[in-house]
Amino acid sequence: MSEEFKIEIVNPEKSFLVKDDVSEVVVPAFEGEMGILKDHISIISFLKPGIIKVSSKSGDENYYVEDGIVEFKNNNLSILTSKIFNIADLDKSKQEDLLKQAEEEASKADLSDQTKYLVDQKVEVLRSIN
Amino acid sequence: MASLDDLKKRIASVKSTQKITKAMKMVAAAKLRRAQENAEKGRPYSEKMNNIILNLSNGISDKENAPKLLSGTGNDKIHLCVVMTSDRGLCGGFNSNIIKKAKNYFAKIINEGKELKIITVGSKGNDQLKRGYGDKIIESISFKESKNANYFDADKVGKIVIEKFKAGEFDVCTIFYNQFKNVITQIPQAQQIIPLNNDEDENSSDESYEFEPDEDEILSNLLPKNISTQIFKAMLENSASEQGSRMSAMDNATRNAGEMVDKLTIEYNRSRQAAITKELIEIISGAESL
Repeated sequence: MSEEFKIEIVNPEKSFLVKDDVSEVVVPAFEGEMGILKDHISIISFLKPGIIKVSSKSGDENYYVEDGIVEFKNNNLSILTSKIFNIADLDKSKQEDLLKQAEEEASKADLSDQTKYLVDQKVEVLRSIN
Repeated sequence: MASLDDLKKRIASVKSTQKITKAMKMVAAAKLRRAQENAEKGRPYSEKMNNIILNLSNGISDKENAPKLLSGTGNDKIHLCVVMTSDRGLCGGFNSNIIKKAKNYFAKIINEGKELKIITVGSKGNDQLKRGYGDKIIESISFKESKNANYFDADKVGKIVIEKFKAGEFDVCTIFYNQFKNVITQIPQAQQIIPLNNDEDENSSDESYEFEPDEDEILSNLLPKNISTQIFKAMLENSASEQGSRMSAMDNATRNAGEMVDKLTIEYNRSRQAAITKELIEIISGAESL
């Protein structure tokens, strides 16, 4: 089908996900969620903690990310991130660990506005996964 | 000539050394495979990161107000060198090659009358540089506890570098590491990471991007990350190189030990035969004189 494009998610350790039959990807961009379809204009943006939704022929997949950069160019979507989990593989205890960490971080007093916002985001997203 | 007993002892000792070097070679070979895999898997990330930054910096409209991490401080006085070595020895020329490369660079900088600061990563580099450049080392980091190179450690180094840059402690930063080519060849590299050197790759397209939020913010967020990424890449390459280098060094050592055992065995047999012949001659000449 012509409505498909390629996605590549890489983290520092390895290439996390490569697919070339993706029809739509929703990423949690810094200034709000952003849906990307084929022939989107070239764009570079940041991610905030949230969920990446990848829709392809083989079904939908959801990934939890903490940060990252998206680049879309010539129907190639690259997502660089340092922390990513497939929600289907994320078990309860792992998720609770992450939530606990995030809550701890959020309870610190000396955070700048931006980090405070990001940490709050993280807590919210992790809670919503339940 | 050494006595038979001495020779026997030496043969035994060389043999046990050979066993150790052989075992180390096996271990290095196993680790090498993993390290090599990791290094190869890690490449896409740093390449992509580099590409994005390249595209960004080409597209940036306001070159003068570009973030300092990209354009530099405008000065060229204080150089910071991050020398990345291993924490363990017995890996052939691995550490000395990096140190040699770094020392050449240091000499050049000092000759030009510039100030030099050194951060060592890995204890072997610290040991070797302490003698000549002890007063220049401002920080020495070692990750002895971590088994494999991981991004978390690289990020720590990156943060230190950025902090020092923000505090105005240096103008130019270069990292030294070994690039892994194959098991026998590792190329010591000097890579400048601050300010970013982007004249190596000119074929990036001029296509303009849409930025969200604006490009300044993206750049100022991306550049620190890029530094950690580059350091991480260097760590991955280094760990693959270290294992490769150790493997070939230990392979050589095992072979040398084998040769030595052969030589000693021949000598042992010869002196044993000589002793027998001597005894025979003594008996025969004793019998003749009767």
